[in-house]
Formats: sequence, structure tokens, C-alpha cells
Amino acid sequence: MTSYVLFTLTIGGIYALLALSLNLVWGMAGMVNLGLAGFFAVGAYASAIATGSGAPVVLGWLIAIACGVVAGLVITFATLRLRDDYLAIVTLGFGEVVRLVALNERWLTNGADGISGIPGPLKQSLGQTGFPIFYLILVSAIVCLVWLVLRRLDLSPYGRTLKAIREDQELTRFAGKPVLRFKYEAFALAAAIAALAGALYGHFQSYVSPDHFQSLITIYIFLAVTAGGVGRPLGAVAGAYAVVIFLEATRFFADVLPGLQPVQLAAVREMLVGAALLVVLLWKPTGLLSERIAPATPRTGSP
Amino acid sequence: MFSSLLQAIVSGLMTGSLIALPAIGFTTIFAVLRYPSFAIAAYMTIGGFAAIYANQHFGMGVIPLLLLAAVVSGLVGLLAEQTALAPLRPAGALTAAIGSIALNVVLENIVRFSFGNDLQGFDLPIHPDMRFGPIRVGTQQLQNLAIAVVVMGGIFAFLRFSRFGRAMRAVADNDDLARLKGIDPKIISGVAVAVGAALAGVGGVLLGMDTSIDPLTGYRVLLSVFAAAVLGGLGSIPGAVVGALAIGVAEEVSLLAVPATYRGAIAFFAILAMLTFRPRGLLGERST
Repeated sequence: MTSYVLFTLTIGGIYALLALSLNLVWGMAGMVNLGLAGFFAVGAYASAIATGSGAPVVLGWLIAIACGVVAGLVITFATLRLRDDYLAIVTLGFGEVVRLVALNERWLTNGADGISGIPGPLKQSLGQTGFPIFYLILVSAIVCLVWLVLRRLDLSPYGRTLKAIREDQELTRFAGKPVLRFKYEAFALAAAIAALAGALYGHFQSYVSPDHFQSLITIYIFLAVTAGGVGRPLGAVAGAYAVVIFLEATRFFADVLPGLQPVQLAAVREMLVGAALLVVLLWKPTGLLSERIAPATPRTGSP
Repeated sequence: MFSSLLQAIVSGLMTGSLIALPAIGFTTIFAVLRYPSFAIAAYMTIGGFAAIYANQHFGMGVIPLLLLAAVVSGLVGLLAEQTALAPLRPAGALTAAIGSIALNVVLENIVRFSFGNDLQGFDLPIHPDMRFGPIRVGTQQLQNLAIAVVVMGGIFAFLRFSRFGRAMRAVADNDDLARLKGIDPKIISGVAVAVGAALAGVGGVLLGMDTSIDPLTGYRVLLSVFAAAVLGGLGSIPGAVVGALAIGVAEEVSLLAVPATYRGAIAFFAILAMLTFRPRGLLGERST
């Protein structure tokens, strides 16, 4: 039971990182990333391949982050100066193509069999009981760190500029801000966070395969961010843990709904996730912990 | 070499004509409602399964199956759009697009719940392939091509000559002016969604008759559908047809060099290349 709780909380932390990534792109800058699962996969595979060929784990994570940034820039290179709906189409395509590459380039990714034996940091010395606790603490610490950085960003002039871009690009450009550069930077930073989440996931599970990176993960994270609160990092984190608990709870459906085939149970589960996202969008699009907009500071001194 | 290239081009035009119908549906919804509807994948799958069910249980022939698929998909699309997505549209195109993904997951899984994950095929008479010199053409493919051409002709006539068609083009062009002329945008968006979803449903049946069908049939070709619409220019209906034929040929020709599983990747790279060099598409409106 303890190991189950540890496992769930660690996955929750990894989803929280993904939610923070999406919140930066979507909640703050108003761009969309429907290929989040793709960046997650890029990070997981990059680190798995790097450590598989002898790199230490920390270096693997750095390589994962670098690959995430590069993928983010390549994907947005042609699209960010266009209308927003093009980014939706391209990122969705990216998520699928990453899976196709992972399935087909056997020399690199071992195809559908996936990569196993990804080393967990300090796994040998901590043993079977110590490692999950250590890893949970590590992941949670990283979540806290990323959250603090993004919260700082949220409150800084940089974050305000991103929100201004979200509200009105033309006006922001008119105010003299290099809108495109802000968008590239925000997207690349978010891609880096998603890739880091992927690397953490791979070294936790010690095994990655294309099946781990279904586009459904992107929908989980959208649900987490919309339910938790768009534009507020704390909301994204809370939403992610809530979604993981919700997903784990749906595992017990088999007991509640006897007589269904396994494929039907899986369908009901996915249906609930989709329906939950629709309900949140329709009913409370700002989320439970909605964005706080600070009142303008009163002018001091007379004009 | 030359004949295999020619064969690839012919097959490409055949598959392209199948992609063309959902691509027209997607681009029609985009032109009138101004958001990319990802639920088009589910509309295709639903049309395909409605036809499979009728074919297996009542032994219906091709034409009634297509009509049935169009009606079922059109109604499902209309209902889903009005209940789930219409309230989201004021919040912006991206919110509606995300809602349409969620809707797609829900609809896809309703199909999976009812029919399971297995591949299903139509029970139709099988004809031998025809040969023209070195080129092989499937009779079923040829029939699908003919159906696609007839449906496209019908949709062009509808848009060009009918009252609804003209009103739809007016709303797509400038919805404020259209409203001034007494066109009710609510009715027109309803018609656009129903027509778009119905076209996707017919496309789903044709894809199913080409090979087989499962709950992910629509999702699997979604990238090709997008590529067709982007290549032709989002919102342009003739563009969607040209784009679909181009993407069909591009996919088949590049399959001479890369494994068949990369079909979706080819569509993706076509989108990226197009957006880099000519983002408004071959026949499209402006893109920024």
C-alpha cells in the first residue's frame, strides 16, 4: 500500500511538471501545445538513450532538457508568426510523429519493445524500499523549484508581458515588446520543462516505450490545468495531483461496473476524462484556483 | 522505376480523393465557425461504423450506406456541436479547438464501448483489380474515386447555387455583413457543422470500404486531413480538394523511399514545409 501511494505521488509530481509547462504556454502566453506528450517522450527517450550509452543520470537529464528546447524551437520556427490555430495543428502532429519515430527507428529507440534497464539514480545503494522514497522527495523538490521559478516569472515584468501577449498581441507589439521573441522563449522553456518531466519519468519507471506517450496524456494535462486554474502555477500543480487521483480512482471501476469487457472499461475511463474536460471548460473555464489579477498600483504624486 | 512512380501517383490520387471529403468538411467548419475542429476524426469513425452496422445487419448496398452515414454523422455532429462546443466559441478559437479534442475522445470511446477495438470490414462483393499496362487499379478504389467526385460535385453545387450555400459563403467571407443582410449566423453554423460532419462520415465509409475500420480510423488519417486543408489554405474548399490530392500523391510517392508507417509523418512535414514557405496555402486566405 505504501509503495502504491509513493508511486501515485511521484507520478503526480511528474504530471505537475507537465501541467506547469502547459500553464506557461497556454495559461500565461495564450499559445496552445497539443503535442505535450511528444515533448514528454523526447525527454524520456533522450535521457534513456544518453544514460544507456554511459552518461551519468544528471547529464542525461540535461541532455533531455536540451533536446526539449531544440524540439520546441524547431516546431515553432514556422508557426509562431501565423495565426494561433496553426500552432494547434502543428503541435498535435508533432506528438504523433514522435510516437511514429519511436516506433520505427529501432536502432535508436528499440521500436515497440521500448528501452528497459534505465538506471535510477542511487538505486543500488538505496535499495527497493529506499529508492521510491528518495525519488518521490527528489521529484517533489523539482516540482517546488520549477513552481517557484514560474511563480516568480508570473509576477515579474516578463510574466506580465506574456499575459499581455495572451490578451492582445497587436497592442503588446505596439507597446514596443518583441512579441515573437517572448513567444519563442516561453514555448522553448515550456518544452524544456516537459522534457525534464519525461526524463524523470523514464528513470523512475526504468522502462519507456511508445505506448507510454499516447496523446491522451496531453488531454490529462489540459484537464489538470483547466480544472486547477489557467494562468496560475499553483492551480496547475493542484490540478495535476487531482487528475492523477481521479485516474487512479477510475481503476476501481471494474468493481463498480461488473459485467463489462476490459475494452469497455478502458473506453469508459477515457470517456470520463474527455467529458470531465468538456464539463470544466463549459462550467468553470477559469478553474478552481483562478488567476489572481493584482489591482493596478495607485499613482503616487500628482500629474 | 518509372512505372512504380506512375503507380504511386495513381494510387496517391485515389487515396487523396478519400481524404478530400473529410478535408472539405474540416475546412467548411473552419471557414464558417473559425476554429479547427478535431472532432472531425470522430465524425469519420462514426459514419464508418454506422455504415458497417447497417451493412452487417441489414445487408444494405453502397449508396444507401453512404446516405445513412451522412445522416448519422451529420446529426451527431450537429448535436455535439450545439450542446458541447457552441457555448465555448465566444471564449476563442483555441478553447473551442481544445473542447473539440475532448469531444473527439468522448465520441471515439462511445464507438469503442459499443463495437470494441477489432478491425471490421464491409461485406461487399469483391472485384478483381484492373490493369492498364503496368498500372494496377483496384475496382473498389475506382468506385470510391467516382463516389468522392460525385459528392464533391454535389457540395460545390450546394455552395454555389443553394440559398444556404450562398449564405454560408457570405458568413465565411464577412459575418458582420452577412448578419446585416438578415442571415442568421446560428442557423448557418448549424448547417456548416452538419454538412462538414456528414462529409466526414461519407469519407469514413469510403476509407472503411478501401480497407477496414476500427475506432481509431478517423484519428489515424486526421493529420492527412489537416495537411490537405493547410496545403490548400485553411477555409478554402477547392483548396482542400487540391491539397488532398497533393498529400495523397506525396504520401504514396514517398512510400517508395520510407516505411509505410511513416504516412502520418509525411503529412506532418508537408504541413511544416507549407507553413514555412507559403503559409496561406495554395488557394487560401491570409494566415496571420
